[in-house]
Amino acid sequence: MARDALTGSRIRERRTMTGMKQAELARSVGISASYLNLIEHNRRRIGGKLLLDIAGALDVEPHSLTEGAEAALVASLREAASEADLAGPELARADEFAGRFPGWAGVLAATRRRVSALERTVETLTDRMAHDPHLAASMHELLSTAAAIRSTAAILDENRELQPEWRARFHGNLAEDSRRLSDSAQALVGYLDADMSAAEAGHSPQEEVEAFLERHGFSFDVVEDPKALPEDRARLVAEAPELRSAAARHIAQNVLQQAAWDAAALPLDSLREAMGGGIGTDPAALARQLHQPIGRVLRRLAALRDLGCGLVVCDRSGTVIFRKSVSGFTVPRFGDCCPLWPLFAVLGHPGMVVSQRIEQLGRSSAQFDCFATCETQSAPGYNATPLVLATMLILPAARVSADRQEVGATCRVCPREACSARREPSILETGL
Amino acid sequence: MGKRVVLVEDELNIAEAIRFLLSREGWRVETLANGSSALKVIRKAMPDLVMLDVMLPGRSGFEILQDLRADPELQALPVLMLTARGQSRDREMAERAGVSRFMTKPFSNAEMLDAVRDLTRGGPAG
Repeated sequence: MARDALTGSRIRERRTMTGMKQAELARSVGISASYLNLIEHNRRRIGGKLLLDIAGALDVEPHSLTEGAEAALVASLREAASEADLAGPELARADEFAGRFPGWAGVLAATRRRVSALERTVETLTDRMAHDPHLAASMHELLSTAAAIRSTAAILDENRELQPEWRARFHGNLAEDSRRLSDSAQALVGYLDADMSAAEAGHSPQEEVEAFLERHGFSFDVVEDPKALPEDRARLVAEAPELRSAAARHIAQNVLQQAAWDAAALPLDSLREAMGGGIGTDPAALARQLHQPIGRVLRRLAALRDLGCGLVVCDRSGTVIFRKSVSGFTVPRFGDCCPLWPLFAVLGHPGMVVSQRIEQLGRSSAQFDCFATCETQSAPGYNATPLVLATMLILPAARVSADRQEVGATCRVCPREACSARREPSILETGL
Repeated sequence: MGKRVVLVEDELNIAEAIRFLLSREGWRVETLANGSSALKVIRKAMPDLVMLDVMLPGRSGFEILQDLRADPELQALPVLMLTARGQSRDREMAERAGVSRFMTKPFSNAEMLDAVRDLTRGGPAG
């Protein structure tokens, strides 16, 4: 990796050293926490005014963030130590270790990066193996053909005196299976290639929408401006390069429509004013003061860039229909979310509000204050169970607490043992 | 006369290779490629061993296995399951349904023959 490409790691290292939270730094320079997270993981280039602002907020010279491979190395060592729960005086000596043994430090940092990358790959592939019927069928076809070739080849190899008609028959089978294997492999590679390029801009319609929302920092003038027209939103959706499928455009249109209703009923200025009056981010208190449904308050809090919080919405079936990601809290790509999330505790209980400190087990073990509620979606009627939507705000916790509920992302990658909510074994325990 | 095997496998070239290997050892092998008629064929043949693929047209190997275990006359029949689906939950499903042995494709001929001998106490004349 080029030196300049490590600027994000240096920012993260410096921020961690000062004890500043990601959301705090993001707020002080006027960007979203999720965007800062991308910068810190070297997934967005940074320069110009934003670099100067971040350097100022971290109280360092800008060149110290753009120069010096050692800072990135130390940052990586600290992350490795943090993930391994290394505490005590050794933790503070990462700089000394990197200085005295740069080679070993480099090996450790590279190994940690590789482990992280492999974990992500395992998560993605197991998700896909479990949920992608085309991939599962292709793999079955490949293995079956390989089995036929292996058996037939072994028969030919071990039976040199085979009768000519049997030999001819098995040779024919081999030729046929080889062609089949070649065709299947080519088709699979083509499928994976196409899929990978699609994944860069968002694989599913939901991900296309998330890429679109993320590019805008989940904030839109056509939503916040009371003079904006529905046509303005429709144009924005139609021209968005991320929204390539009709399904994604449909979802995005609905998301913006809901956001516009929310913005009209509860402008951000009003929300900020109420928050400044001593209530802070307490959603129930804000809802009471502002005479707004709590679901709307949760959605509007998520629209405040400086809070750096996430939001997940699911329908009555438990299907996630909206997600605003937040660093440290994973929402699985293909559903199958952990049923212990407060989001699902409120499902089926319209009007109920749950406030819970949670820790999502995994790489980061970050803690969040989650607020979830369930709202009726359909119009009132007789003798019909109403359609509902559950909404959960995910607010990064300011301080770590021992009093928290441990949850996972999804069973297949969850390390939580003896969990009564477990649907299937974790590959972390059983392997693939 | 040798013992009988019913082999239910829709991959015809795998079925041919297995048929060749078992016949050479003295087994009488009956093959079929569709799951829907498997139970009828097995009842008629009353074999000493059943070899089942999992993903079959008509009826899956798991369903055939469940039917066998529910039939008083066939419930003790050794069943060797051959599948490309080696995931742990498939293995668990097979074990719950009462499989005698579970083998993941691609397997070696020697492994397959060893499993057949184990399940039939020695082989076609055992």
